[in-house]
Amino acid sequence: MNQPKFTYAPAPESRDIAHLKPSYQIFVDGEFRDGRGDAIKTINPADEAPLAEVSEADTTDVDDAVKAARKAADKWAALPGKDRGKYLFRIARAIQERGRELAVLESLDNGKPIRESRDVDIPTAAAHFFYYAGWADKLQHAGFGPDPKPVGVAGQVIPWNFPLLMAAWKIAPALACGNTVVLKPAETTPLTALVLAEIIAEEDVPKGVVNILAGGPDIGAAIVENDALDKIAFTGSTEVGKNIQRTLAGTGRRLSLELGGKAANIVFDDAPLDQAVEGIVNGIFFNQGQVCCAGSRLLVQESIEDELISALKRRLATLRVGDPLDKNTDVGAINSAAQLARIRELSDSGEAEGATRWSPACDLPDRGYWFAPTVFTGVSQANRIAREEIFGPVLSVLTFRTPDEAVEKANNTPYGLSAGVWTDKGSRILSIANRLRAGVVWANTFNRFDPTAPFGGYKESGFGREGGRQGLEAYLDV
Amino acid sequence: MTVTFDRSVLSDVTRDDASLRRFLHGLPGVDQVGAEARAASLATRSIKTTAKAWAIDTAIRMVDLTTLEGADTPGKVRSLCAKARRPDPDDPDVPSVAAVCVYPDLVEPAVAALAGSGVQIASVATAFPSGRAALATKLQDVRDAVAAGATEIDMVIDRGAFLAGRYLQVFDEIVATKAVCGPAHLKVILETGELATLDNTRRASWLSLLAGGDFIKTSTGKVSPAASPPVALVMLQAVRDFADLSGDLRGVKLAGGIRTSKEAVRYLVMVNEVAGEQWLTPDLFRFGASSLLNDLLLQRHKLATGNYDGPDYVTVE
Repeated sequence: MNQPKFTYAPAPESRDIAHLKPSYQIFVDGEFRDGRGDAIKTINPADEAPLAEVSEADTTDVDDAVKAARKAADKWAALPGKDRGKYLFRIARAIQERGRELAVLESLDNGKPIRESRDVDIPTAAAHFFYYAGWADKLQHAGFGPDPKPVGVAGQVIPWNFPLLMAAWKIAPALACGNTVVLKPAETTPLTALVLAEIIAEEDVPKGVVNILAGGPDIGAAIVENDALDKIAFTGSTEVGKNIQRTLAGTGRRLSLELGGKAANIVFDDAPLDQAVEGIVNGIFFNQGQVCCAGSRLLVQESIEDELISALKRRLATLRVGDPLDKNTDVGAINSAAQLARIRELSDSGEAEGATRWSPACDLPDRGYWFAPTVFTGVSQANRIAREEIFGPVLSVLTFRTPDEAVEKANNTPYGLSAGVWTDKGSRILSIANRLRAGVVWANTFNRFDPTAPFGGYKESGFGREGGRQGLEAYLDV
Repeated sequence: MTVTFDRSVLSDVTRDDASLRRFLHGLPGVDQVGAEARAASLATRSIKTTAKAWAIDTAIRMVDLTTLEGADTPGKVRSLCAKARRPDPDDPDVPSVAAVCVYPDLVEPAVAALAGSGVQIASVATAFPSGRAALATKLQDVRDAVAAGATEIDMVIDRGAFLAGRYLQVFDEIVATKAVCGPAHLKVILETGELATLDNTRRASWLSLLAGGDFIKTSTGKVSPAASPPVALVMLQAVRDFADLSGDLRGVKLAGGIRTSKEAVRYLVMVNEVAGEQWLTPDLFRFGASSLLNDLLLQRHKLATGNYDGPDYVTVE
């Protein structure tokens, strides 16, 4: 191939902005200290180089954190709502002030492109704190009774795909409602949550209100099993979610789960095609497809399949895959070797089951965890790639003829987190959305997040809502 | 996608008003929110160092250096032509611009001043900017400009007829104008600020391409809003899709309100990623502008020397 005419020079964001420290500590009862677990190295998935040492918690640290949160709970709950709100506003502002630092750190630890961490993850995390700060002194008007009480102490376990944003989704409503928390970020992406702990300490949030523990699945399990916690909030895989629900069954402890998905992105023949192509790209290649609500199944009306797929392929050829810190990168690195192996295994199964695999020409770096954007056409509803959550940049294309068939195929999954509808016909948007068994239905857009909009699943995608007025309910004793 | 072009298909759609309407209204809709989001996302590309240098020189080569004032004089046009040939008198490495763009009565001094330079002479015509004149008058306007030596004609469409749905009338006027252009290239000004919606921009783009326009152009520069990123996006999609269907490469000219290098570079990114790199040539993409060139020169100098000169170091006309 000839040299392109317009070659974008590298435009990397400086990694110095992240202020990486050689080591990070857990945050318990208002203090940073070494955990009693192992010290692990967190690595940059883009080149497998170690970033920093992280001191992990052991189960006694979990007990300490839960005790600290319990001790702080009554006073925090008794604080007037407007004072709790003040702390949340301060945290929101501090996230904005340290936005570039957090964005670079997130891209280093997670592998996501700086364009996304800078324009989506960090601003949306700040927006979430701002939004729930506003609710803190208005809970009596939220529709949950004249004087709603907090649940108490919440254990929160979050995933690696949006590390800081998921921490914000968990902490902001919990604190606004007067709960205290013990939060565990994912083992591969602990850094931004631990910087959030710094912010929380610097903004003088009373000690014990927020405790943040680094650790692996065993620490997650210790949090789930700790019966001094009144509530567990978990975002992650459906498999782990089911185990958590088993553990909590009969204990009276509350639970909210936000789990996997296999969203259908339905494109009708009268859709605005150029925008639909953008929505498909954003639906499945945003964050390398490592999004629980990713539009991983494209359901396209048969009569426009060829046109849409060729337009999609032309668009994918312009995606820039590579250095997550380069401001022009569209698709970054896969978060971990384990995740990459899963994506490879499922993609191979797609080929083995007879679907046609396609990727644009792109040079992947030699080191690090990389997977080219991939489209499977000729996928059948029975194929594994149409049923199982891949959690990677892999799109499965299926076709339909009638609106009924589209709805039937879209709903034919154990999941029910999100869906997309593309059509110029407003009445069709409404009628299809009403029939889709999904917690979020996007119309002529995809993967749009706003703190005012409730988010959550049907079926095996979980229960409970995060965001919006509805997101308060998970943290109020109602 | 390779679609074998069957010209009879496209001639069928312009057979009568009803067919043309069916075709234009059968084009996929444009979702305005999505188009704006895509345009905004392309604007976040970071173009630095070597890429910026290439983009600035390319943008200079794509400028239609324009003066369209009632107060224009032959002297001003000559001075503009001197600048078009050699934008920076101190630096012979700066390329010439694509064209100068003037009113028909000022084509003559431009022809004399640009002889042998390779810079094209564009003239607005067809009762520019409103287009409100009898067809015969508009065509005579074009003939005069071509006779005086214009190599490119920038015509305006009849927006009144377009908005009233008389598509075939607009089509026929473009065809008639093209016929009297002779060897001159025809740019069709849609005046997207008056068309109001992106759906209309897409339909007017296709209408003009079907009628034989060599370029589709956003605006006269006399109406606000003029060129905008979402409008440019839709027009670039139109020439791309038209090329897919017909095999013919047609151009896009953005005019009105583009004053800074930063905007120009962003538009080049859009050309590159939406239409494709084939369009990154003055034969297929132009900026109609007056003050843009000076900013491109200042930025070019800044990039080369690290120093930013004040506006007194570039010429004004």
